[in-house]
Amino acid sequence: MIKHLLSAGDLSKDDAIRVLDTAEEMLSVASRPIKKLPTLRGRTVVNLFFEDSTRTRISFEAAAKRLSADVINFSAKGSSVSKGESLKDTALTLQAMGADAVVVRHHHSGAPHRLAHAKWTSGAVINAGDGTHEHPTQALLDAFTMRRHLGDLHGKKVTIVGDVLHSRVARSNALLLPTLGAEVTLVAPPTLLPVGVDRWPVETSYSLDDSLEEADAVMMLRVQNERMNNAFFPSAREYSRRYGLDTARMNRLPGHAIVMHPGPMNRGMEINADVADSVRSVIVEQVSNGVAVRMAVLYLLLSGSTDDPAVGDNAGLGVGIQEGTA
Amino acid sequence: MTNPQEGTSASGNARVVLDDRDISRALTRITHEILERNRGAANVVLLGIPTRGVHLAARIAKRMSDVENREIVAGALDITMYRDDLRLKPTRNLESMFIPDDIDGKTVVLIDDVLFSGRTIRAALDSLGDLGRPRAVQLAVLVDRGHRELPIRADFVGKNLPTSLAEEVRVSLEETDGRDGVDIIGGDA
Repeated sequence: MIKHLLSAGDLSKDDAIRVLDTAEEMLSVASRPIKKLPTLRGRTVVNLFFEDSTRTRISFEAAAKRLSADVINFSAKGSSVSKGESLKDTALTLQAMGADAVVVRHHHSGAPHRLAHAKWTSGAVINAGDGTHEHPTQALLDAFTMRRHLGDLHGKKVTIVGDVLHSRVARSNALLLPTLGAEVTLVAPPTLLPVGVDRWPVETSYSLDDSLEEADAVMMLRVQNERMNNAFFPSAREYSRRYGLDTARMNRLPGHAIVMHPGPMNRGMEINADVADSVRSVIVEQVSNGVAVRMAVLYLLLSGSTDDPAVGDNAGLGVGIQEGTA
Repeated sequence: MTNPQEGTSASGNARVVLDDRDISRALTRITHEILERNRGAANVVLLGIPTRGVHLAARIAKRMSDVENREIVAGALDITMYRDDLRLKPTRNLESMFIPDDIDGKTVVLIDDVLFSGRTIRAALDSLGDLGRPRAVQLAVLVDRGHRELPIRADFVGKNLPTSLAEEVRVSLEETDGRDGVDIIGGDA
């Protein structure tokens, strides 16, 4: 298993399936009378959020707490970052506090990578969304949700529609789902497909209507107005007509197909309110699956011994216990 | 000894202490002891501890079904996340978990292959506490090899097997290993 989770592309098929299988067990915890496991007792997880987030931060916080880890929430607003503190100094502060894992969301692509490889902190780094780059735990929870509804993802057809250019969710899914054997089609207006998309392991299309009849899952992406510094499409109305999922389009999907959205939704823009609330929609389920998947990621990255020889405490403790028991 | 290739391991001298018929007899006896102690199976929930405990639990459940004339299903209790040695070893994969019935107010019988330090059972007891409040918890094991590190004892034992710490007790079951048998490996035998 890898030490950090920075990109969905770092996961081998075995790693990804291990996360999904573990998440399956974690999901059962939610239905228990006591929704808590002692597994990560004494470990500290820092949620380092430089960008606004509702569900990802809450989801990571719930996941860490259900595993009994201590959680420190840090958001850039109201912290020394607004006084001009750098990522490095923030990371050194967290290291001094003994963070075992840092869950980081940052408006710059690559910030988690920098954090993981600059040796500022010894903890595991989990990318919770960086700029327009990646959001691997979202891709894992999407894959998990699909697997629960569709079975093994091998050969399943997934259509991802909308603002691919600004979407870290689309990037992570485009890397993870082919690893698991699914066939991904990205549908977007030409202006919203990134440069170099021809080298991704996916198909692309400019027309939503072409692939609906064969899709096993349709994932609608949010139109990220806050990142749009340009006129990417003529009008919201035209975008909605051509790339929005309305009831007529939903009815053309096969009977078993599911409708997904990573949230937050622009109802009436990329997805019609009736579709979002229909029985096909698994959008609310994606949120509850998110907690299970993040528990699985935290468990797999944090529960075992660290191979890092620099961490001498653990080794010493191990010897002590074995002597005591012999 | 049924299969010489499996009987000889890398460490050399393996001694068979229970063969398939011994195991079968022990499980039948344990089944009857559980039924006798609890006056039937009405309030009993059988939970095996992965991996071999689950198979033993299934075998006991089958015998119990035959005696009680109704279908009795055994569950599986994964204790990985309650272990006290998680930090000392590489990350373990979770085993699947299945609780067949509400355990509140029931008598839970935990079933495992070997009782050794008692730490697994400690973890299982902690895990049960988060799942509900059983009226009582009993423990059935195929082999008790001694060397307890915690104040834990078994209620139903297939065979008491005094061992030295240099020896390894290996339980093989048809479901996982292709044959039934209990061997002692190593030591000065």
